Amino acid sequence: MQKAVLTGEMFTQGDIAAAEGALAAGCRFFAGYPITPATEIAERMAYRLPRIGGRYIQMEDEIASCTAVLGASYSGVKAMTATSGPGVSLMNETIGLAAMTETPMVLVNVMRGGPSTGQPTEASQSDIMQAKWGSHGDYEIIALIPSSVQEMFDLTIKAFNLSEQFRVPAFVLADEIIGHMRERLVIPHEDEIEIVNRKKPTVPPEEYLPFKAEEDLVPPMATFGDGYHFYATGLTHDERGYPVMDDETQLALIPRLCDKIRKNSAKITEAKTLETEDAEILLVAYGGESRTAMRAVKDARNKGMKIGLFRPVSVWPFPKEQLKEAAANAQHVIVAELNYGQLVGEVERVIRNEVPVHLIPRVCGSPHTPDDLMKEIRRRIK
Amino acid sequence: MTVTTRSSSDYRHPILEYIRQDRLPHIFCSACGIGTVLQAFANALRSLNFDMDRLVVISGIGCTGRASGYFESDSYHTTHGRAIAFATGVKVANPNLKPVVISGDGDLFAIGGNHFIHAARRNVDMLVLCVNNFNYGMTGGQMGPTTPDSAITVTSPDGNIEHPFNLVSVAAASGAVFVARWTALHARRLTKSLEKALQKKGFKFIEVVSPCPTLYDRYNRHGSGLDVMKRYREISVIRNFTDPMKAEIDYRTRIVCGEFVDTEKPEFTDLLASQAAELQKR
Amino acid sequence: MERTEIRLGGLGGQGVIKSAVIIGEAASIYDGKEAVQTASYGPESRGSACKAEVIISNTPVDYPLVLAPHVLVALSNDAYQKYKSDLRKGAIAIIDSDLVKAGKIKAGIQVYQVPAAATAHQVLENPLVTNVVMLGAFTAITKTVTPDAMRKAIANAFPKYQELNLRAFDEGMKLGQEAMEQSSKTE
Repeated sequence: MQKAVLTGEMFTQGDIAAAEGALAAGCRFFAGYPITPATEIAERMAYRLPRIGGRYIQMEDEIASCTAVLGASYSGVKAMTATSGPGVSLMNETIGLAAMTETPMVLVNVMRGGPSTGQPTEASQSDIMQAKWGSHGDYEIIALIPSSVQEMFDLTIKAFNLSEQFRVPAFVLADEIIGHMRERLVIPHEDEIEIVNRKKPTVPPEEYLPFKAEEDLVPPMATFGDGYHFYATGLTHDERGYPVMDDETQLALIPRLCDKIRKNSAKITEAKTLETEDAEILLVAYGGESRTAMRAVKDARNKGMKIGLFRPVSVWPFPKEQLKEAAANAQHVIVAELNYGQLVGEVERVIRNEVPVHLIPRVCGSPHTPDDLMKEIRRRIK
Repeated sequence: MTVTTRSSSDYRHPILEYIRQDRLPHIFCSACGIGTVLQAFANALRSLNFDMDRLVVISGIGCTGRASGYFESDSYHTTHGRAIAFATGVKVANPNLKPVVISGDGDLFAIGGNHFIHAARRNVDMLVLCVNNFNYGMTGGQMGPTTPDSAITVTSPDGNIEHPFNLVSVAAASGAVFVARWTALHARRLTKSLEKALQKKGFKFIEVVSPCPTLYDRYNRHGSGLDVMKRYREISVIRNFTDPMKAEIDYRTRIVCGEFVDTEKPEFTDLLASQAAELQKR
Repeated sequence: MERTEIRLGGLGGQGVIKSAVIIGEAASIYDGKEAVQTASYGPESRGSACKAEVIISNTPVDYPLVLAPHVLVALSNDAYQKYKSDLRKGAIAIIDSDLVKAGKIKAGIQVYQVPAAATAHQVLENPLVTNVVMLGAFTAITKTVTPDAMRKAIANAFPKYQELNLRAFDEGMKLGQEAMEQSSKTE
């Protein structure tokens, strides 16, 4: 039998790293539907899962893929799907159901140019808001954005852990640059990988209330087949899981679904900074685009300009506090993203007109060049 | 399911242990066929002494979609049309589980039609029990994929012009290993078919033609629920192993009932398991 | 070593991307350097223009794409004509002597002509290894990766055809050395 954790070094694609990260996190079920530029993840899972005691299934569409992932998760198996924006558009129905029935699941979205069929083989970061607001109603999800092949691996594990901990869908929002490029991936020894599993009920079946949350706002999750005989529904439900259509039930449920993420955001958010301590101009960039920004920071620093970079690793929930700290000395904030302006709105909400926030959008299928960013930096520096 | 007894106050209806008693009374209309179907299913579980820890009842949206909420087993109520996709995930993730999908004609064959044909094609081990009442009841009686020619519904007020699906034919053509049709009148025969299907491996499909006295049968002047059941008795004929393509379903003339397909084919999760076992030896 | 930008161009099916992956793996796994490999993926993955890039450095690579290549390896005339103007001053171009027309190029660029396709055909009797012959020439001429590391990466890339591909690599190394000697004579 093959090993689930391929400890060692390999020179590989971000997509492959995401698949290996999932396996290292304990994922043993993948349902998917072919789509560029995420297909390599499905291909890797189709090859690897049956060899390590897991199961792969190619479904008839993305709706079915995501729904099968929920079925597997409720059956006690860590489960994932991978797709790109058009697939997420179809999966959003089920993401809402996963949020409502508090189902741990991981969705890797290797973002490509949109809207609609858009640019299948080109890079984009235009699904940032889709991840947060894709399904109807009030709910929260978790989304992490990798900036390297190594982070595709590391953040897929983290996505599984957070998803299990908070019983919530977790996205890995990769872009085509990171998904398709190859770099060195270092896979640690199994024992060095932190794994979080969902809380299981500690009470006997007759006392189990499947949607009664504990102090952390997360209810313990029973597994189909364990004798708990519980019911879960996408309808508004009480602690027993039964549909109840009154204000009281909705008030007990919906704020909790949001607050279990909002109130625990300090445990979830993550951001990286580069040279922000004395930065007069703060660049904000993430994913593949942050690699350009790193270069721009180095080039600018070499020329004596006080530039720093803030890179949100968790984009939902957004690392507000970390951004405030990084922007403490900034006179300008420049947001560079591969879309026509998405995360910039969140940055503006945090910066609150204290200093100007400038957007450098790009919708053209490849990241900005360092020169593109330098031009904007020069315009803002006095 | 009402039982009157004078002699013993602690008499329990024999199927109560299969039912979530704290969810009663149920939401179904008087004379609706769903209650009969659910009782037949509970009776089948009882007569098989079915392992309730392995049963997972899954349904979609609609009147029949509420079925999953009434069984004392693990159960899940998906979004519209997705019960079969969810059941596939359950079965593949844990082949020891026995998923049963109970849903309506609109849920399974309009919005969920793609999942139905592909699960049948793969031959994933599950039982799909479809209550066919020829319309969307929960939303107020709109036309659907089984609404007959020229029938009146609120979205076909001048008569339906669409050609309906013959569900048993769709199921057989898609690869189901067991296909049967009964009406809500045939409670005992339905129970027998359910028992058979619950013991069989692979993708099984049972259609139950059911009255919708509140909406469909009222719009089409079929009379009361009891009148509809009487009509079923007049026009239904049992033709086991007839070609599902030729199994008519016409309220004006004839409803052909029976078990039409009962065949063997390698099951999907068995195939997955045997392939994986081979790969793991390498 | 400073950031070295390498671009490979050719036609889909010539093993352009595979070659870039081999260089990247040799550098990052076997030479212990930092490397990033990217490629332009399109629906035209067979028979039309195809480009792959590798960046090698002693420090982590930030911006993952090529800005102005230090090295261009061209297996098709189209690729060469399209990309030669991007080359930076002091850059090296390695071109197949039969598949690519050398023509004129801006000053300060050293062009090496290597009969990779002909060697694959005539010496190795397998045109599929043209790209690996070219990798040998690339290794000998640019010295951005060690021959040892390249041999390991090639063995890893073609587990069933190791011997043939390693021979192709060695032939390519020879051709690279010859091309360098040739060019030092003409200078």
